[in-house]
Amino acid sequence: MQASARSELSVNLKPTGIANTSRETIAPTTMRVTVSKVNFFYGAKQTLFDINMAIATNRVTALIGPSGCGKSTLLRTFNRMHETVRNARLEGEILLDGQNILAQDVTQLRRRVGMVFQRPNPFPKSIFENVAYGPKINGADAPIAEIVEKSLRRAALWDEVKDHLHKSAYELSGGQQQRLCIARGLAVEPEVLLLDEPCSALDPISTAKIEELLVQLKDSCTIAIVTHNMQQAARVSDYTAFLLVGQLVEFNPTPQLFTTPTDPRTEAYITGRFG
Amino acid sequence: MTARLCWRKFVSGFMLTMTGVCALVAVSVLFFILGYLVYHGGTSINWNFFTKLPTPVGETGGGMANAIVGSAKLLLLASAFGVPIGFFGGIYLAEFSGHKVAFVVRYAADLLNGVPSIVIGIFAYALVVLPFKHFSTLAGSFALGLMMIPITLRNTEEFLLGVPRALREASMALGASKWTTIARVVVPAAYRGIMTAILLALARVAGETAPLLFTAFGNRYWSPGLGQPTASLPVVIYNYAISPYDDWHRQAWAAGLVLLGLILMVNIVARVILARGVAVPRS
Repeated sequence: MQASARSELSVNLKPTGIANTSRETIAPTTMRVTVSKVNFFYGAKQTLFDINMAIATNRVTALIGPSGCGKSTLLRTFNRMHETVRNARLEGEILLDGQNILAQDVTQLRRRVGMVFQRPNPFPKSIFENVAYGPKINGADAPIAEIVEKSLRRAALWDEVKDHLHKSAYELSGGQQQRLCIARGLAVEPEVLLLDEPCSALDPISTAKIEELLVQLKDSCTIAIVTHNMQQAARVSDYTAFLLVGQLVEFNPTPQLFTTPTDPRTEAYITGRFG
Repeated sequence: MTARLCWRKFVSGFMLTMTGVCALVAVSVLFFILGYLVYHGGTSINWNFFTKLPTPVGETGGGMANAIVGSAKLLLLASAFGVPIGFFGGIYLAEFSGHKVAFVVRYAADLLNGVPSIVIGIFAYALVVLPFKHFSTLAGSFALGLMMIPITLRNTEEFLLGVPRALREASMALGASKWTTIARVVVPAAYRGIMTAILLALARVAGETAPLLFTAFGNRYWSPGLGQPTASLPVVIYNYAISPYDDWHRQAWAAGLVLLGLILMVNIVARVILARGVAVPRS
């Protein structure tokens, strides 16, 4: 256990070369995930360049940037989902609670780092079975039915589905399906929850519900969210990272990044001049 | 109306009619065969046909109980041998193998599928009949099972590849291993397609005669166990149809009707069972 890496890393992990990234404004908090010198390749094509950042414990960290900037790629390295793609290669170091994730058993890692995808992807099973899947394959201490109820409550879906838990998950609306996917992720009690543009296929009302949910969840969970919606990042996140063509341009507390960006490229992006 | 518009309307109407007629012909072939079988064989079907053994030439009555049971035994044993190999091979092909291996296996399976069934029969004869010095249910099942492998394999592969990647990712992201993902998400999602394919493979080999001619051979009596020659519906149809006796011809028609009926029944029952459960949306 490399305990040292876990504590108070925030200020040291600022990407180098960014002027005036305030040390004071990021409250010293423990870092759940720290990313250092990460380079990423698809075959010969490099898509991430020397990324250094950290995800603060029990906070929401947003990754923003134009399409193709590498934000989803970066997110997917946190639970090593990039390994499911042929020819993908990661260089550098990613620590979860001070331990290198690349040296861990990948199934154990993914139990601790859950993921919600861009499009709702429930299994072709009942609502109950969807949530029960994780606890069943990983072995659960509590009775499955209890875990399912608790997870659905945490995902603010319980009241809507409690009377038809055994109906197909595909009978739910898109927004409900996405919350079901969140409940499914929560059922294995992850320490970190990664969300890859979770609202991009949803209407505004469903989106608002999920955003509300994220703010509630951060009490018990560390959250990283990729979004192409800057307003969403501003609403839900505590920290925001702005990426551009595979490089981390700016990583700061959200209010600061959106009001007084330090990099002209960030300013150009958030004021809508490109992207 | 301009000439150009007239021409377009004519082409459109002509193509609609032509494709419609072709579709109608395709469907009517089945009903034509069914009608023909009922017309010629319907009168010979009675309770005895299903319960009695064949009678000697000249004696009326008798049935094909031994051929029906023989066919059932052959098919069960063939499935027990061919389906698992095809199914697990298909899983390997879809989920684990690299591009090169997949290409070779796929190509070999397609070739095996194209091997004439009589050649499969000769192969089974050389491999099973000769060493045992005996025609047997075992040899016939081996030949039929061989034919089921490529059909099951290719279809399993196809249906597994059709399962959306998003479902695999969802499972992996929950800490499932690759095999857990396959066993608990991918295969269940493709289950209906795979089952349908297996049943179609079964229906396909149920009517095969050539591979049985010199493996299962034929038998006028009950065939005990798996080591004896056995009667089967397709071979009985073949033998009776080329015989010079009118009564046997009628029996052959009836056997054809029964064979077709059984295959249809398997199909319909399968579809009813498979209609339950949750369908996976196409990706």
